Amino acid sequence: MVQVRIERRYFIPRWARIVTSSISIFLALMAIAIVLWTTRIDPVQAYKKIFIGSFGSLYGLSETTVKAIPLLLCGVGLALAFKAQFWNIGAEGQLLMGAIAATWVALFFPLKLPSWAMRPAMFAAGFIAGALWALIPAFLRAKLQVNEVITSLMLVYVAIEVVNYLVYGPWKGAKEWGFPYSDKFPDSALLPTIPGTRIHYPTLVLGIAAAILAYFFLMRTKWGYELRVTGDNPRAALYAGIPYLRVALMVMIISGGLAGMAGVGEVAGIHGRLRYPQGISPGYGFTAIIVAWLAQLNPLTVILTSFLFGGLLVGGDALKVSLGLPVPTIHMFNGAILFFLIGGEILMRYRISISLVRAKKEEVRVHF
Amino acid sequence: MLEFILEALRAAVPAGTPLLFGTLGEIYAERSGILNLGVEGMMLVGAVMGFSTAFYTGNPWAGIAVAALMGGLLSLIHAFISINLRGNQVVSGLALTMFGTGLSGLLGRRFIGVPLPPSAKLTVIHIPFLSDIPVLGPLLFRFDPLAYIAILLVPVMWFILYKTSLGINIRSVGEDPATADAMGVNVFAIRYLCTFIGGMLAGIAGAYLSIVYTPSWIEGMTAGAGWIVIALTIFSLWSPLRAILGAYLFGGVKVLQYRLQPYGISPNLLNTLPFILTILVLMFASGEVMRRRIGAPSALGLAYSREEK
Repeated sequence: MVQVRIERRYFIPRWARIVTSSISIFLALMAIAIVLWTTRIDPVQAYKKIFIGSFGSLYGLSETTVKAIPLLLCGVGLALAFKAQFWNIGAEGQLLMGAIAATWVALFFPLKLPSWAMRPAMFAAGFIAGALWALIPAFLRAKLQVNEVITSLMLVYVAIEVVNYLVYGPWKGAKEWGFPYSDKFPDSALLPTIPGTRIHYPTLVLGIAAAILAYFFLMRTKWGYELRVTGDNPRAALYAGIPYLRVALMVMIISGGLAGMAGVGEVAGIHGRLRYPQGISPGYGFTAIIVAWLAQLNPLTVILTSFLFGGLLVGGDALKVSLGLPVPTIHMFNGAILFFLIGGEILMRYRISISLVRAKKEEVRVHF
Repeated sequence: MLEFILEALRAAVPAGTPLLFGTLGEIYAERSGILNLGVEGMMLVGAVMGFSTAFYTGNPWAGIAVAALMGGLLSLIHAFISINLRGNQVVSGLALTMFGTGLSGLLGRRFIGVPLPPSAKLTVIHIPFLSDIPVLGPLLFRFDPLAYIAILLVPVMWFILYKTSLGINIRSVGEDPATADAMGVNVFAIRYLCTFIGGMLAGIAGAYLSIVYTPSWIEGMTAGAGWIVIALTIFSLWSPLRAILGAYLFGGVKVLQYRLQPYGISPNLLNTLPFILTILVLMFASGEVMRRRIGAPSALGLAYSREEK
């Protein structure tokens, strides 16, 4: 007799993860294709434009890299935070606070910084600002058991309004013709780019270094081990004497700080000034959640997934130019991919087992 | 000065109505234990579908009905992932907001800058006699019908939640699903129902913006209203009665922001108010005793499964 059962998987092999993620993305793209088709857009054409726009030329690849940089920095931090089961949803706000700090250093620092010290000072300030912004939910969670999802999310909108306040108010540039921009940064505060592209390579190098360091931190250090235990089994961590406060502060300093550095990269590497919030980030902090998730919270894999989603963002621009689709359309891809990833992940926990069993001669029943 | 205050109070109601619809819906979802961060996305799709339906049919009520249906349908994705698959509700809700934002942009691309025909707009009702009372008349009795419906929904939804067996079931499912299940309450059905109600009301909230308040379709027109709804749900401590106060308060703040500017109050900093107040409420309501007294749903955001308890 053949028995087909659905049973719980307790160990999920790596190949199963990769296969599931790939199938999830494929199904998400199919679902979006149906939506596009119902609104009378040729999905094949649209996907071709996205792919060619983002990966089909050197220019496309360079733009994909530009958008991958903030996703990489935010994604690495979020991977660590989520690994500890700390739901930092506020990377977008932490990124903006980093951008504010960089602008402050570039334009309003009270001392005259030598030009060699300017860029490191901006990154340091961005890291500190992002980390401080992230410490608010960390403290509230560790000390008062306040849900970090809501607080980190609320702080995104506070950060957005603070940027608005600055660029419409006290920091509004004198020579910007009424646009909500700050003045331009001095040359010493601008990041160098690879010639012919917009790739501000210092931030890219920082991002890749962060991914590698985060991986070793997680896998090879005591604090990284504590972080993993806290995430896997909070109760065991408590009994083992791992202080939750330390883990919470640790992951939020790292993930907030890295997001802050991503903000520095955007204002100092791309725009050369502080702008209105949507002009600095089209939601990098939120997209980075998918980047971290798809990477199975492995910091090294984030390097790969951040490029994928950087490409998707560039593809969104290509859709606007070629098919006249509004820029937010690309968020539909993000949302659908995330839906299917969550769904796939749950299904991955189960497997279908088919086995041959001999018919039982007698059933033993135990009554309590 | 009196003029100014009265005008602000009057304008607070239409500005707060979409927040009220959204918050009432989210209160039901969260009371049943489902945290739906997709309100912003459902509102946007409601806004664009409501606008386009009203535009083609010339009937605002058809637009509102379609918006409610679309909001409800979208919420079912979240319900399926949260309830059946027991996925992470935070991530699923964010995905819903992303998906809805993208979908609304795609669906609305032909309607940008298109005016709504006059027959498709909802006009203000002047309640006879009452609206002619000096001061109070214009303040209380000259709104559009949807604003009145929102006000009526408040006691109705409060009554259902606190005075009927359905309401007890909803609250018990959000409090302790395993016990509710043992008592014979259908946890899954209640959670589906409440998430669906939340989606419908979010859809209506969006349609209110595009058919009544603005009225036109603007890309991303909710401008964070969906997140204010999430904040308001907590700010009102999951109670429909407090929701109306919160919604009009923040509606009023929105109206006032540009009028207070000459007095040196930044509209942007004023906009941070709902979010900062929500964080403060969460801090204040953090202790176990306090949580119990205000009735925060204990199982909020937690999946329920019969096999693992």
